[in-house]
Amino acid sequence: MPQRTALYDEHRALGARMVEFGGWEMPVSYVGATEEHRAVRERCGVFDVSHMGELELRGPGAIAFCDRLTVNAVTRLGDGDGQYSVLCDDAGHVIDDLIVYRLAADRLLLVVNAANTAIDFEWIRRACPGDATVVDRSAETGLVALQGPMAEQVLRKLTTIDVPGMRPFTIRAGRVAGEDAFVARTGYTGEDGFELFVATAGLVALWRSVVKGAAEVGGVPCGLAARDTLRLEAALALCGADMDRTTTPLEASLAWVVKLDKGDFIGGAALRTQRERGIPRRLVGIELSEAGVPRHGYDVWSGERRVGQVTSGTKSPTLGTCIGLAYVERGLEAPGTALAVDIRGRRVPARVVERPFYRRRR
Amino acid sequence: MKTPEDLRYTKDHEWVRLDGAQGTVGITDFAQDALGDVVFVELPAVGATLTQGQTFGVVESNKTVSDLFAPIAGKVVAVNEELRARPELVNQEPYGAGWMIKIAIENPAQSTSLLDVAAYKAHVETEHA
Repeated sequence: MPQRTALYDEHRALGARMVEFGGWEMPVSYVGATEEHRAVRERCGVFDVSHMGELELRGPGAIAFCDRLTVNAVTRLGDGDGQYSVLCDDAGHVIDDLIVYRLAADRLLLVVNAANTAIDFEWIRRACPGDATVVDRSAETGLVALQGPMAEQVLRKLTTIDVPGMRPFTIRAGRVAGEDAFVARTGYTGEDGFELFVATAGLVALWRSVVKGAAEVGGVPCGLAARDTLRLEAALALCGADMDRTTTPLEASLAWVVKLDKGDFIGGAALRTQRERGIPRRLVGIELSEAGVPRHGYDVWSGERRVGQVTSGTKSPTLGTCIGLAYVERGLEAPGTALAVDIRGRRVPARVVERPFYRRRR
Repeated sequence: MKTPEDLRYTKDHEWVRLDGAQGTVGITDFAQDALGDVVFVELPAVGATLTQGQTFGVVESNKTVSDLFAPIAGKVVAVNEELRARPELVNQEPYGAGWMIKIAIENPAQSTSLLDVAAYKAHVETEHA
């Protein structure tokens, strides 16, 4: 039986079609994925992402431990700062991607993927030194994402937190719609937006307030289908689809996250070696010249040579073109490179394009 | 879920509108709703010959890709070219502008193997109870 978030009945009442994802029964769409996608690009959308995992690292050694555990430089974070990062194994392969927030000098919040929460927790627990502890807060934590150009305007009315004063990737504690919450200026859509952490007991009340506030500016509840097309247009990798225990973050084009010059960290030696020897393949953005959705596992060709595989793809609601992420051999990663995707036996011409596919106006 | 009375249906959620020796084919309201927003429809060439139950094309949404099955044997006499540019018609008007192919029916007696409205509704209910 898949798990359900505390908002399951809300989703059903809103007419959502439910689907299983990462061991959870989640809304895939309410009124229609394309409409929800557009709402987020033009106004705002509200997502239940309570299935995601929240792990807390505590203790005087929490920061040093997290710096050894993850590829980004945790020591650069001040209180209330966050960063995107990757959890690697000793071979430098991706266990999960996550956001690390520093709540205090002895307290970090790690937000991880739903399907990997148990795996991550076990991995971290085993590596945990005596001066730090890891606690799984997932069951008691609800998470609502409010995303889109009007997200700030909607959230301002619901909280005393100085929302306009928040920089991207920062987190603040305060009250939202009468509930104690953490507000982070992050998301997975390529738009400005916020993620609201609240105790499960207050989740329904918070969700209703945010949905109501969003509706006042034409915002709508959004499901996983819109979340996927939004993140793909923004070329944000999906762990499990675009990277996993067979790929390194360098191959996944996340070199900007990997701080090879910091002190020793898990997977660091393997990643330094790969950097020196050359990265054999790269995750690139591709755009098809004809209709057809490039899907996970489809082969990518360069002339008569098979040079890689698609990991994600969609028809972009914003651009109208068919786009995807794919691993290709070294030397084929430059924008403009001509490729082809084998879509059920048909070679559809494609080319490498700049990532992200879509960039919001600032 | 709309299921017009004057159509015949398959268990794979295609519909066919019988008009003498010609049949117009599409997918049902239930099917388009389950697929989500359709982004691509691949259809056969005019002149292609289909046997009953044969794959005649593919309908693709961002969520999934599904084969299309011929409800009845015959020769393709028209395909809905409009769907190339506007695949969303399948969602908007599954029984109207979202039609897919027209078939010159080989053997009209074959239509007796298709489901009527009541049988199709019952099929949907048992499949998704």
